[in-house]
Amino acid sequence: MEEIKFTIDGQEVTAKPGQSVLEATLAAGIYIPNLCYDPKLEPYGGCRLCVVEIEGMRGLPTACTTKVTPGMKVRSETPEVHQVRKITMELLVADHPLECLTCSLNQRCDLQKAAAFLGVDQSRLRRSERALANDESNPFFVRDFKKCILCARCVRVCSEVRGLGAIDMAKRGYEAFISPFAGLPIADSICESCGECVDHCPTGALYVRGEAILPGKEVKTICPYCGVGCQMVLGIRQNRIVKVLGDLTYPVNSGSLCVKGRFGLDFASSEDRLKTPLIKKNGQLVEATWDEALDLVASRFKEIKKKHGGQAIAGLCSAKATNEENYLFQKFIRAGAGSPHIDHCARL
Amino acid sequence: MTNSISEFETADTVFIIGSNTTEAHPIIGLKLRRAALFHGAKIIVADPRRIDITQVAKLHLRQRSGTDVALINAMMNVILAEGLEDKNFIAERTEGLEDALPAIKEMTPERAEKITGVPAENIRQAGRMFAQADRASIVYAMGITQHSHGTDNVKALCNLAMLTGNLGKEGAGVNPLRGQNNVQGACDMGGLPNVLPGYKPVTDEAARKVFEEAWGVKLPEKPGLTMIEMLNAAEKGEIKALFIMGENPALSDPNLNHTRHALDQCEFLVVQDIFLTETAQFADVVLPGASFAEKDGTFTNTERRVGRVRQALTLPGQARQDWQIIQDLSNRMGYAMKYDSPRQILEEINQLVPQYAGITWYRIEKKGIQWPCPDTSHPGTKFLHQDKFTRGKGKFHPTPFIESAELPDKKYPLLLTTGRQLYHFHTSTMTGRVEGLEELCPGGSVEINPEDAAGLEIMDGEKVEVASRRGKVEAIALVTEKVPKGTIFMPFHFAAAPANMLTNDALDPTAKIPELKVCAAAVRKVA
Repeated sequence: MEEIKFTIDGQEVTAKPGQSVLEATLAAGIYIPNLCYDPKLEPYGGCRLCVVEIEGMRGLPTACTTKVTPGMKVRSETPEVHQVRKITMELLVADHPLECLTCSLNQRCDLQKAAAFLGVDQSRLRRSERALANDESNPFFVRDFKKCILCARCVRVCSEVRGLGAIDMAKRGYEAFISPFAGLPIADSICESCGECVDHCPTGALYVRGEAILPGKEVKTICPYCGVGCQMVLGIRQNRIVKVLGDLTYPVNSGSLCVKGRFGLDFASSEDRLKTPLIKKNGQLVEATWDEALDLVASRFKEIKKKHGGQAIAGLCSAKATNEENYLFQKFIRAGAGSPHIDHCARL
Repeated sequence: MTNSISEFETADTVFIIGSNTTEAHPIIGLKLRRAALFHGAKIIVADPRRIDITQVAKLHLRQRSGTDVALINAMMNVILAEGLEDKNFIAERTEGLEDALPAIKEMTPERAEKITGVPAENIRQAGRMFAQADRASIVYAMGITQHSHGTDNVKALCNLAMLTGNLGKEGAGVNPLRGQNNVQGACDMGGLPNVLPGYKPVTDEAARKVFEEAWGVKLPEKPGLTMIEMLNAAEKGEIKALFIMGENPALSDPNLNHTRHALDQCEFLVVQDIFLTETAQFADVVLPGASFAEKDGTFTNTERRVGRVRQALTLPGQARQDWQIIQDLSNRMGYAMKYDSPRQILEEINQLVPQYAGITWYRIEKKGIQWPCPDTSHPGTKFLHQDKFTRGKGKFHPTPFIESAELPDKKYPLLLTTGRQLYHFHTSTMTGRVEGLEELCPGGSVEINPEDAAGLEIMDGEKVEVASRRGKVEAIALVTEKVPKGTIFMPFHFAAAPANMLTNDALDPTAKIPELKVCAAAVRKVA
């Protein structure tokens, strides 16, 4: 595919065919403030922060909805562009709670980043606050309407990515807010609690309960639930899964997860986990050492094999275990125990 | 799956039968929804229940549970009667159509209407919509296989795909959705009684020899018992010792009273798991293993993609890696194993399983690889059977319609079918320990049609008793038109209302899969 050359503030940049000015500029490592743009979604042109000047075009077009053409001359840092962006940002900040330090998105917030880039330090506008109460009906995530900037990324993720459309923009102008059908709480709507809207919210308007703690490390692995096999990034802190994200680069799920994969992994740290081997004595399972347990199993298996042959032993391996574990288990049953009886729950 | 998950968005028609895709396989469900909404794919859903995916479907066929063969044969009847079959594909790539014809010819849409309850005109539309598409894909799951004639159901679907030339090309295929994260891999690795790793039949002497040389032992020459047969044999005392790793038959198997009696009767039961499951409670020895987040290795998904599993957490208490437990036990039994890591086990798999030969530890680091992958320069296989089938020509099998083993009667007048829900998984060993999921879906319900409920004077939310010939359970009635009149539905996740106390353990004679999707039941209000 042929690359397209254009300039941004005099600097030559190359774009791929079909790319928008915003995409190509961001890809070149040059920041244009933006809030409603999302690489997974169709261009929206809603937040008006990415306005630029383009030679030969009237007014200030939005970079996210304008496709690059060869030789295009774009200016992102002119006084006029800056003034428009700054007023837009001041309007956004005027009713945004200034509680950044205690916000779960602190330092990861796109609004914070854009405001800092534009140098919005003091709003010249009268402060106001939107009076809607949080929607806390979902057990996994909360919607804080006061922090919502109406970029509609959540609405568009739900319809464009999930094909569901559980939420939409309600009312108009200053009264506008994001709402499920008929203004119901989200838990009473068709929402499937996948949490993908939360991943795409640029501010702290949608946040996962208890996720204020940042992970200390991240590990990529595959979801333990159904056979689709989505890849996920687990955020780990103090030997606990504190955050789960879909892996955007994996071909199976491209960043999407379902409610179980996103929010249903804490069982790994459950208090109910088995922590020692157990042996049944007088009808009760009691704690034992590994040597006691494995010696008992080995001696009973050997005894049964000697007396009745290997075919008196049977093994069930697991659709939850890895390939390596299953391979080893069937090898053990067939070669170690000498039995043909190996199966698992493929039929259930 | 013959084809890949990403190909659903390129299909012209998708025929979903016996799969509640959006709940049981949510990410494939969303791809199918998008295929319908944004890519113009026509979706045909055949399911007795009004499942969510029907909202984007062009056609919803509500066949009576257990009558899939009649429905599929009738679709083929229409295709042949109207000359819509792919004559080139049939001539060049297949054989045996004449043997399959009688069952298809006799199943006219009118006859199928009487059996399935689906209007003949809708069957005609479905047949045309499927046959006239350039790329038509079939999606199915346990709603097709868990029948006493499950093998016939699958064969009928394969016949339909071959009749219309929908195999060996992108966006088409016969695509079973596997229910567990690594059920595909467990099968690939020879976790089945009739085949060695890589699907080599145990009865094949040459295949056996390869493994006998690699493993240094003589291997059993006959296929072993399947899961349900094992439990029956344990009950009779023919199997003395049972070693179960990460499975919970005491909740997942049909006819639980019988299953639990068998586990109780087993002379020596060893269970390796992460929780004290319903099954582990019967054990003589319980061995604590590792959860998915605590291990390194590989999983193989439903589209044959082998991906990397990476350890994120340390093991709790004295729990151990499952492969180390097996190795330690094997060494104590006198059969030596000396692996130092899962990677070394995968290297042995690369040597012995031709489909996995090129799927090495570092090659699958980022995106995984789909088998078959015969060597380390091969990119993997997106869809199967491109130029020829594994056996050469694709074979049509005759699939005459057979009724389910147990049908509703006077004493048990309702048809009970079972399945999964979005918020829970299998026996809820994992999801039952996540508070939020329990809150969204507390479980233990039975769906019943308003007409049936009215006849039994049952109101929505009332406690009822559901009984079959094998047992009874209490559940909360969910009165809904999601289920058709005469059919009730229960999820099988919950120990408190275990649907499998009721289900029938009649087996398919070939696949030995139990008939979990159809049995006769009765419902009454609990005073």
